[in-house]
Amino acid sequence: MKNSSRRGFMGKAFGAVAGVGAVASLYAMKRSWDPLPSVKAAGFTTLDMSAYQDNELVTEKWRGKPIFVLKQSPDMVKKAQGNPKDMNRLIKIDNDYFMVCVGLCTHLGCIPGYRPDTQDFLCACHGGMYDFTAEVTKAPPPRGLDIPPFKIDGKKLVLGETGPEYEKMLADGTTLKV
Amino acid sequence: MAHFTKATSLHDWLNQRLAVDTLRRVLATEYWIPKNINFLWAMGMVLAITFGLLLISGIFLLMYYQPNVNLAFDSVNYTIMQEVGYGWLWRHVHGVAASVVFLIIYIHMFTGIYYGSYKQGREMIWLSGMLLFVAFSAEAFSGYMLPWGQMSYWAGMVITNLFSGGSLHADGLVEWIRGDYVPGQAFLNRFFMLHVLLIPLAILGLIGLHFGALRIPHVNNQDGEEIDFEAEAAKYKAGDKANSKVIAFVNDFMSKDMMVVGIYLIFFFYLVFYHYDFAMDPVNFDPADGLKTPAHIYPEWYFLWSYEILRPFSTNVGLIAFAFAQVIFFLLPFLDKSPNAVPASRRGLFKYWFWAMLIDMIILTAMGKVPPSGIFSTIGLYAALTFIGLWIILPFITKLEKKA
Repeated sequence: MKNSSRRGFMGKAFGAVAGVGAVASLYAMKRSWDPLPSVKAAGFTTLDMSAYQDNELVTEKWRGKPIFVLKQSPDMVKKAQGNPKDMNRLIKIDNDYFMVCVGLCTHLGCIPGYRPDTQDFLCACHGGMYDFTAEVTKAPPPRGLDIPPFKIDGKKLVLGETGPEYEKMLADGTTLKV
Repeated sequence: MAHFTKATSLHDWLNQRLAVDTLRRVLATEYWIPKNINFLWAMGMVLAITFGLLLISGIFLLMYYQPNVNLAFDSVNYTIMQEVGYGWLWRHVHGVAASVVFLIIYIHMFTGIYYGSYKQGREMIWLSGMLLFVAFSAEAFSGYMLPWGQMSYWAGMVITNLFSGGSLHADGLVEWIRGDYVPGQAFLNRFFMLHVLLIPLAILGLIGLHFGALRIPHVNNQDGEEIDFEAEAAKYKAGDKANSKVIAFVNDFMSKDMMVVGIYLIFFFYLVFYHYDFAMDPVNFDPADGLKTPAHIYPEWYFLWSYEILRPFSTNVGLIAFAFAQVIFFLLPFLDKSPNAVPASRRGLFKYWFWAMLIDMIILTAMGKVPPSGIFSTIGLYAALTFIGLWIILPFITKLEKKA
């Protein structure tokens, strides 16, 4: 009896040590797969917003992702004003309106193409469509293109920093956190 | 310690230390295979040989391949293809074998389904086989990343995005898998590790399990007949080979196997030398570019059927349907409620179920290849619904089946 309880104790002690070791190693393995700090810190992108032309899509790069910048022409702004959902997505700098978003389809991450004539985006992978503010108009994408964190700095836009305009977009559900 | 005597030969020396005679008897000369089989029973050996070809060609590719985003594409398309003596041979053997191995796996699977080789004690054979299928799929996917062409990059993007779980938005999980916001150096390196070490190790272990799972229930036969292997083996050993229902794995069965393997290898090397292009997507001969999606992204042909189950639905429903398709074949032994382990042709409604499933998967494969628009979208949708429907009715139609 004394013997078996001693064995029982040794079994439990061994199990406890092995369990702690297993959890600790799993944690170390998980952490080793995390993105490296250098990858995470990989910069902020500053865009000079005075350089863009009306209804001409420019693709910038931020954290390895393509960023769409589309300066809205006056007729596009007029169209957007008829739809609050569209208007919420635009960034106002001085008197100009810009659509700035991550150029990856919210379905499975392909890059949609912009068609200046019809003023919409078409994703060739699975046929999803977005309007000129990158709001979704045809499934399968579940939502409009995501807007990256930004801060307005005079005529410049800093991607990666969070300003009050971006926080408002997050709060009212215009975009998800990227 | 065991008693050792002076060895009379090298064989005797080894036999005293490693019991090579016993090993040979248990694994080969007295491992019994039914006589009543056909060439489809050779697919296991064809797969083993193909895996060997993948391993050998992979070893040679590994000596020159560079798992670096700036060097990978050229190390494959320039160094291996143009500089290394016979480098093209290893690459084409590796690429063709990676594609053909799935053709044989599908034949092997559907043979098992047709002859009911997944029930009455053979469940573990089926389950370990399905685990092998999953491991081979992961191996194929991780290998497809390595040349770092456009299709590598964008397939990597799309497949890892599946792990965001649609509306769950588990973007953190996706970034964790990639080690970056987009597929990059960390991604290429870890998929390289998976492809050349971790998954091959898992495959070797699973092959051992798959073979082990065969020992007790034995190989099935063309009539699903329950054979008394001990009695039949006794007849064989007594010299009455003509009346015994079994033959030895070596040399009897192996010589039949090698006949099929020989024919297969002629077909295989014909593809390697004259039609390797079917396994080489032209889009993947453009280097990876994170800012340019190819016009049409599709997986290799062997993943098309499950891709087509994902595609016609909205994101969440599509992901659920896709997950269903990935795991449902595991449940086959448990969803088939009939006690009959006989060929599908003698099983009533299951006969139609078998052919409907086979044809439906061929249609899904074809529709996965064409752009998702118009009539193809519609056919794809109905084929995907048919796939799900067939699995739902399986328990009911097999329950109705009479004992044969």
